[in-house]
Amino acid sequence: MDLDRLTQKSSEWLRGTGPESDVVVSTRIRLARNFAEFPFTTRIEEAAKAEVAARACECFEDLAIPAKLSYINVSTLDELDRQFLVERQLISRELSEGAGARGVAISNDEDIAIMVNEEDHLRVQVLRSGLTLDDCWKSMDEIDDAIEEQVAFAFHDQYGYLTACPTNVGTGIRVSVMMHLPALVQTREIQKVFHALQKINLAVRGLYGEGSQAMGDFYQISNQYTLGLSETQVINRVREVVPMILKYERRAREQMIEEKRQELHDHISRAYGVLSSAQTISSEETMHLLSSVRLGVNLGLIEDVSIPILNELFIQTQPAHLQKLKQKALNSAERNIARASLLRRRIAEAAE
Amino acid sequence: MKKCRRCQKPATLHITEVRKGDVTEIHLCETCARDYLEQTDSNPDSDPAAEFEFEKLPESDEETSSPADDRGCPHCGISFREFRSQGRLGCPYCYVEFKSDLIPLLQNIHGEVQHCGKLPRRAPDSSRRQHELLQLRNELKAAVDEEDYELAARLRDDIQAIEKQINSPAKSTDNE
Repeated sequence: MDLDRLTQKSSEWLRGTGPESDVVVSTRIRLARNFAEFPFTTRIEEAAKAEVAARACECFEDLAIPAKLSYINVSTLDELDRQFLVERQLISRELSEGAGARGVAISNDEDIAIMVNEEDHLRVQVLRSGLTLDDCWKSMDEIDDAIEEQVAFAFHDQYGYLTACPTNVGTGIRVSVMMHLPALVQTREIQKVFHALQKINLAVRGLYGEGSQAMGDFYQISNQYTLGLSETQVINRVREVVPMILKYERRAREQMIEEKRQELHDHISRAYGVLSSAQTISSEETMHLLSSVRLGVNLGLIEDVSIPILNELFIQTQPAHLQKLKQKALNSAERNIARASLLRRRIAEAAE
Repeated sequence: MKKCRRCQKPATLHITEVRKGDVTEIHLCETCARDYLEQTDSNPDSDPAAEFEFEKLPESDEETSSPADDRGCPHCGISFREFRSQGRLGCPYCYVEFKSDLIPLLQNIHGEVQHCGKLPRRAPDSSRRQHELLQLRNELKAAVDEEDYELAARLRDDIQAIEKQINSPAKSTDNE
């Protein structure tokens, strides 16, 4: 697959169309799977690792699923291209920074991404816009069955699917719902939500998963337990909690509108003003301001720009995306100028 | 996978502390995170991050030097000590080899030690039925917790039907 072609288009999960998409940006399900006859990636010899990659590729070629997958050999990509895939949520930082034979198979819409030789031999991901747990699982289950027709996975009657890290063993499932929670952040009620989620053993992560900071007020709510519950039970646990967070976020938004409409409107309009006219802007400030504008659009305070465009801008204004777009390496200062120019252009186009 | 700063178990919570402009990231397991958060709640002026680091590190050093930890997996060669420091096992067989150490760990991480999710299609019929049974028992427990007795009764019938099937040798397909 030609990576440059990807820069010209937007991923399915940014479309901003699914249910509850004012707050729920995307739903992601991933499964961790390992080939039965090989050691895990951390303990594997280079030749065997290459064999795992070769077998995976072979299997992807005639996988009995509707989508066609294209394999990207990550070990031959330069740092910029690897970072580009990380920013698009197609590979993890760990795969990007890893060594030896490794890659990712992705579908045209980028809603399916199967990492090869990350922490586990296979990390299958389905990522869609909005709150679409059932769709994601249905698709995931099909992909898993299709792969399993061709390879034997490491499985144990008691422990289920065996994974390199015991935190993933059993179902190997991670169900994450990415939510945009600017009002809960501003009213500082977000901490209460975190505490409540921790009590019921759900994890909260930032935009780029484990260890990443919450950028642009995006939070991923996901399960921690993978053993002792069925896949459907895990999905339902996440499903049950999302409406409550939605309710809190929407209530906080209403409260902000009621109590300080003018102040809020001013704040959001200034954010829009900076984004549409700045000459140089950092990534951090961009995320922060885009978050305010996204809230403004959802509250009906700004009408000139749409949610899908804002969703895209969160990704396209990141360092590797800017450099791919300009087709050359840029230092930090140059990136800030390129970022501001992209923002001005996209916002002006949207307002026409 | 990062390890818990206090007890070396896999860290599942990642806390970012901002204190007087200093930003520190703290990685903790479920149990330690709860202690940590309680500490922050009860005394917001204290610096639990510092306490967590200095109080507990020597203890965890001691913990890692048990002689049993040096025994290696015959298939991939990884020792339990290495697993502890990396948080990752070496091969599928490690789950069997380190069973006695892993069971308490799994209990701690997941609160359960028995898989009851999806089964590979190529799994034998006998495992398939056992798993179906486990899944149904799990659902039964949930139904009782939620006081959905109608569902519970139905599940109990299903469970009994499968149990009968497993216990009746004539119908067993295990020997096929």
